[in-house]
Amino acid sequence: MREHEHSKEFVRVHSPILTKPFYFFLALSLVGVYFIILRFVRGIGAVSNLSDGYPWGIWIAYDVATGTAIACGGYAVAILVYIRNRWQYHPLIRSAILTSLFGYCLAGFSVMVDIGRPWNAYGFFMPSRWQPNSAMFEVALCIMGYCVVQIIEFFPSLLCVLEHSKLKWLQKAIYHFHPRHTPQDEALVRTTVEWVHSATAWFHPKFNTILIFIVALGLVLPTMHQSSLGSLMLIAPTKLHPLWHTGFLPLLFLINCMYMGYAIVILESLVSSYLLKREYEVEELSGLAHIIPWLAAVWLAVRLGDLIQRDQVALVFKGDKYSLFFLLEFLLLAGGSLLLFESKRWRSPRWLFATAVMMLLGGALYRFNVYLIGFIPGTGWRYFPSFAELMISVGIVSIEILGYQVLIKFLPVLPNPHMHRDIAHVKPPKAAEAVARA
Amino acid sequence: MRTTSRRQFLKLLGATGAGLLAGRPCAARGAGTVNNDELGMLYDATRCVGCKACMAACKRVNRDSGGLAYERAPFDQDKLWDAPADLSGNTRTLIKLYKGPQNRWSYIKYSCMHCQEPSCVSVCPVSAMTKDKATGIVDYDKNKCIGCRYCQIACPFSIPRFQWERKAPQIVKCDLCRNTNLRGKGLPACAEVCPTGAITFGRRGDLLRDARGRIEANGGRYVNYVYGEHEVGGTNHLYLAGVPFPRLGLPRLPAEAPAEFSERIQHTIYKGFIAPVALYGMLCIIALRNRKKRESKGIQEEEE
Repeated sequence: MREHEHSKEFVRVHSPILTKPFYFFLALSLVGVYFIILRFVRGIGAVSNLSDGYPWGIWIAYDVATGTAIACGGYAVAILVYIRNRWQYHPLIRSAILTSLFGYCLAGFSVMVDIGRPWNAYGFFMPSRWQPNSAMFEVALCIMGYCVVQIIEFFPSLLCVLEHSKLKWLQKAIYHFHPRHTPQDEALVRTTVEWVHSATAWFHPKFNTILIFIVALGLVLPTMHQSSLGSLMLIAPTKLHPLWHTGFLPLLFLINCMYMGYAIVILESLVSSYLLKREYEVEELSGLAHIIPWLAAVWLAVRLGDLIQRDQVALVFKGDKYSLFFLLEFLLLAGGSLLLFESKRWRSPRWLFATAVMMLLGGALYRFNVYLIGFIPGTGWRYFPSFAELMISVGIVSIEILGYQVLIKFLPVLPNPHMHRDIAHVKPPKAAEAVARA
Repeated sequence: MRTTSRRQFLKLLGATGAGLLAGRPCAARGAGTVNNDELGMLYDATRCVGCKACMAACKRVNRDSGGLAYERAPFDQDKLWDAPADLSGNTRTLIKLYKGPQNRWSYIKYSCMHCQEPSCVSVCPVSAMTKDKATGIVDYDKNKCIGCRYCQIACPFSIPRFQWERKAPQIVKCDLCRNTNLRGKGLPACAEVCPTGAITFGRRGDLLRDARGRIEANGGRYVNYVYGEHEVGGTNHLYLAGVPFPRLGLPRLPAEAPAEFSERIQHTIYKGFIAPVALYGMLCIIALRNRKKRESKGIQEEEE
């Protein structure tokens, strides 16, 4: 446990790994894995309700289009810390990057489940096959690049561990591969461990100097591919409902991923504080909550201005399925951001939770509307995901949560509550009141 | 040290960007320029008798090269029939019968429209969909295709189909028999076998002239419109019919190619790859300046 004295800002969570939620999410993951295997053995048609009219279902609409937006927490917090120089948010960054990393890797993985000929995916690395006119080409390259960037951004937590732990696993590995060395014969082991320690100590500061260029790359890539996720649908003016098809799709998707990114950081922090019985990081979260309504206001202004300029406002009040989904999306986002314009709500974990959920649901619904609900391939086509299709998505999300649960117990990811006691001492006031009353 | 690494980064990015942009500007050939020398087909619905010889010939000729299978009907115990209900992962062309009011019936043939500015070519991320420069044929290469099905999303006619039930699925659509009948006999199988001359094969300009001539000569017989002449920037597969085209399942479409709209936006954002490189440079400068500010304040640099 001594290793954490050195990296004071972040701590490992000390609690057992094999908990009830662990088994719950493990079970869901295994069900998902079963259907993924089935999909590769028997084909996409055998497990999904996808058709030639609806070639993209929830695997794309949820896992890729929405999942990567939910995984924009790392992007949103990095903008705040490195570009707007708000270092007080630094404690949030590791958990944000970790969830982003999981979100993006699993989005990439679900793409490999979704595409029909994954063995040809190496074509993305062959310049002769590049097709820069395709928004998907850009999305694919940027997402792959961003996964690598995020892994590099996550190095510091690994380096901390390498630098300060006794490396028991390394010792064991040495004994395993060199059976001649008995546990008594420790000279070699000790020098190896020392070598690793000094190598990381040499590498870590050097790494920190160049990290800023990686971080900047980690801001450019999401800016590019999140806007391109909107561009993907530009090509279908005759199939995407006019409430959603507009030349502003790239801009709308970009702003959308930012407020969703801040909202997911708030939600994640509240939930993990609640579940791990840590103090709420109210100070940091209220700062994030302060940004969301402004982003959402810009977004709503672009959205409405575009509808007025294209003269499609009448469709909003038509009362059909599309106008209902538009209104739902609009009310969630406008409601959430209006609530957040009042500063007293920034410090209440309950209001933070409620508004973060509203922003996330509204933002996710917008992406669903663009990719599925507002997509009209023609008469006669119908789509609702099959059970197996749903379970593959659920399984992929479960793997994500499972990985997060396990990794925060192995690596120093979450902010150190003792470090921030001076600013983050605020107990959840309403919860405390409730306890007092009871 | 820092500045060099930044410069190197920028150089690298710039080089990649230039490489990206040097790539073929694909669909955007400038609005309204139509190449009438490209190959195409004219389908005259008023001449078609619905014998489906074209469907049979298409499958016979392209079955092996296109990975097409016969589709059995549920009643067909003896495997005697090929009975596709729609275009599918096994069927590139299909004849349907439209039964309108006042006995205005009409057959209609569906297959790839071979657009002048095809959306599928514009969106395919790995160049599996290509448009031949000389012939204008929109072809598909299964050895490049990753099966992402973006072409299906993009196609305004919903022509490309996917083999959902297979483990190694491919996209299926008409290629004007480019690798089979066209190579051997100089015309697609459907045009070769059509007994009534409902399918004419040739250069787009000739077909268009032919179509207009038929409308002029037989005014009452036709709707005064050649479908495909202007739709989504023009298609090489043209249609004549006696029934309004939307009723025959040929959608009303704007004259602008969707690819032109989407590529215009994409190219505006990524022109010369300047914007991303500038953004990266700007972010680096801001982040570096912020770090210096923090260092000068005497706050110890922490990791990340």
